[in-house]
Amino acid sequence: MGIFRSRPKRTVLVCCGTGCLANGSLEVYRELEKMVKGAGYPMKVKAAAKATGCNGLCEMGPIVKILPDDIFYCRVRVSDVEEIVRETLAGGRVVERLLYTDPAAGKKVRSHKETAFYKNQLKIALRNIGEIDPENIDDYIQRGGYRALEKALSKMKPENVIAEMEKSGLRGRGGAGFPTGRKWRHCAASDDTPRYVLCNGDEGDPGAFMDRSIMEGDPHSIIEGMVIGAYAVGSRQGFIYIRDEYSLALKNMSAAIRQAKEQGFLGESIMGSGFGFDLSIVRGGGAFVCGESSALMASIEGRVGEPRAKYIHATERGLWDKPTVLNNVETWANVPVIIDRGSDWFSSIGTGGSKGTKVFSLVGKVQNTGLIEVPMGISLRKIIFDIGGGIPGGKAFKAVQTGGPSGGCIPGSMLDLKVDFESLSGAGSMMGSGGMIVMDEDTCMVEVARYYTGFLAEESCGKCLPCREGLRRMLGILNDICAGRGRKEDVDTLLEICEALREASLCGLGKTAPNPVETTLRYFREEYLEHIRDKRCRAGVCPALTQYYIEGSLCRGCGLCAKNCPAGAITGKPGDKYTIDPDLCIKCGRCRQVCKFGAVSIGGGAAV
Amino acid sequence: MDCIKQREDLAPVREILDGYPREQRFLLAILQDIQKTYGYLPREALETVRLHLDVPLSRLYSMATFYKALSLKPKGEYVIKVCDGTACHIKNSQGLLDELKRLLGIEPGETTVDGRFSLETVNCLGSCALAPVMVINDVYYAKVEPDKIREILGMLGGKGYGDI
Repeated sequence: MGIFRSRPKRTVLVCCGTGCLANGSLEVYRELEKMVKGAGYPMKVKAAAKATGCNGLCEMGPIVKILPDDIFYCRVRVSDVEEIVRETLAGGRVVERLLYTDPAAGKKVRSHKETAFYKNQLKIALRNIGEIDPENIDDYIQRGGYRALEKALSKMKPENVIAEMEKSGLRGRGGAGFPTGRKWRHCAASDDTPRYVLCNGDEGDPGAFMDRSIMEGDPHSIIEGMVIGAYAVGSRQGFIYIRDEYSLALKNMSAAIRQAKEQGFLGESIMGSGFGFDLSIVRGGGAFVCGESSALMASIEGRVGEPRAKYIHATERGLWDKPTVLNNVETWANVPVIIDRGSDWFSSIGTGGSKGTKVFSLVGKVQNTGLIEVPMGISLRKIIFDIGGGIPGGKAFKAVQTGGPSGGCIPGSMLDLKVDFESLSGAGSMMGSGGMIVMDEDTCMVEVARYYTGFLAEESCGKCLPCREGLRRMLGILNDICAGRGRKEDVDTLLEICEALREASLCGLGKTAPNPVETTLRYFREEYLEHIRDKRCRAGVCPALTQYYIEGSLCRGCGLCAKNCPAGAITGKPGDKYTIDPDLCIKCGRCRQVCKFGAVSIGGGAAV
Repeated sequence: MDCIKQREDLAPVREILDGYPREQRFLLAILQDIQKTYGYLPREALETVRLHLDVPLSRLYSMATFYKALSLKPKGEYVIKVCDGTACHIKNSQGLLDELKRLLGIEPGETTVDGRFSLETVNCLGSCALAPVMVINDVYYAKVEPDKIREILGMLGGKGYGDI
């Protein structure tokens, strides 16, 4: 009780990132707002309900935080709101049942900061997300926002800003990892004008939502970064290219730009410095290849987003053939912190060649699914098992996929690998934009390679032959292997096509497209051979190579499997043993999921 | 011509065009607005854009077929988007898709004959914690099991499809 009395004003933060929204956080927020603002409720303390961006722990949404007490409630329903207002806001008591249970410690924790999920993180790019109302510029300013811009405009020459960025060692967070300061220097050195600065918010990697969260939860950090970048390279016009599917990101970014203009952080003579810069949003059209720099620029120009050969860098001739700096969302969000706190501080975090932190979306077969930010150089094991809480359901870890569709799969034997640009490339994968997908024993690695190759074949723009035809051929071979028509020579053919793609493709999409196939072949070759030689899929994913059967000794005759079978392939009498008719079975795996006794097993097409 | 049932009212197209400077760089934005208004890009609308911006129709066609957000065919009343991002994929989004295909009798990219349902796959909705996810007209369905599909379609007036 005592601690509550001394603090009169309390703030309730409701996470309204897309993950929580889909779980119904908006209804929770509206109800809270109604009850807090509504008359008649005997409130002793004033509370303000605020909608924030993503807190990261999407698995536990909707998330409600109460400040300054630092109480963290998860999976909050509308029906819980009355109790939260009555108990916590008015009465100063914690509602135990809504607290988060830390799986590592096995006990309830009051503040999110005590959990293993948050404790091992270091937030720079995500510094404000979940703490501020993204639609309110004052929230951002209160947390030190636009201070770096003021410093740059009033105390630094453009040349000093570039030098500071170079010294910080910041590398592009969009995938390729090009040093940001060097990119800016190239652009500033050009004698052509006008110059443009662009932000790539066309996050297209499946299993990745880092940039979406920043655009939704802290849009001003991107704007501030871009104004500083524009000042450094001498640009007066910038564009933010955002995926059309990201409706909340579009809404929050637009509102933020409007507010920044009203307050003089964008427009003519920013903060009275005489330097002017304007920013507009361009909506993407839904094409993965538009995340590639030259394709993105073509799309902004109002054309089909096809890449071009890059004999000349965009920093010399980019958008409308003018010098252009393109960085991604996360990179821009890092810029104000580096200017504010200095390059020495930033470069003290991370490893030799990779400075600072990286945001990852940790998803797949992992306990704590969500958005995390960790210092470079942290091990995969720490990410997956400490922060992520390990694999759910007592299953065994099989691989982690990093770097998006053109990244690679890293096996369990390499879990102590450091996460930085060099180590991941060395393992045949890449940093990419930060998708990190955990796979367990129920994942078929051949099918994963087929999935990514299918994705890339679909998204190949078709301009250059190696990528267009090579991917289609690879997909054909992988489809065959998964369907039980694999041939001995397939593995060699795949590797040969991979080499052609890497050598001869026009843009990064084709050049990196072999990664999923090459890494799965390098680390999981045995699974390929089982598919081809034994006609068996050990994970039970490829239907043609999988047979479900019921172990007579384990079956208790409850009949749950027969009830759940959509194909009516399971027969038997209650109390008796059940059997699966392989001719009727559609191999959906539903029976195996529902069986409480583990009696449904997977056998191969030929060998069991 | 089978995709155009009647001549569309073109007044909204003119309104959209008036909202942008007469420059080709706004082409994608204009087409997206038309797509939003009509649910697809009617041919008459493209003709109007062509004259207004002085670009060949072939270029509009190449844009319309290149970008996923654009469609030359009308979409159904309910657009079902099944996420096939990696996280959803390894959590059996294929099972969802198979069940939807079976019940609706259409492939991804198609619309039922009565114009009620369109089926699409999307690369990632960025809601991986909720995998597998599908979205029907902006409503999210999280952690969907294939055997829930029948119920969901039934609620949306899907009686009479497959064995619903």
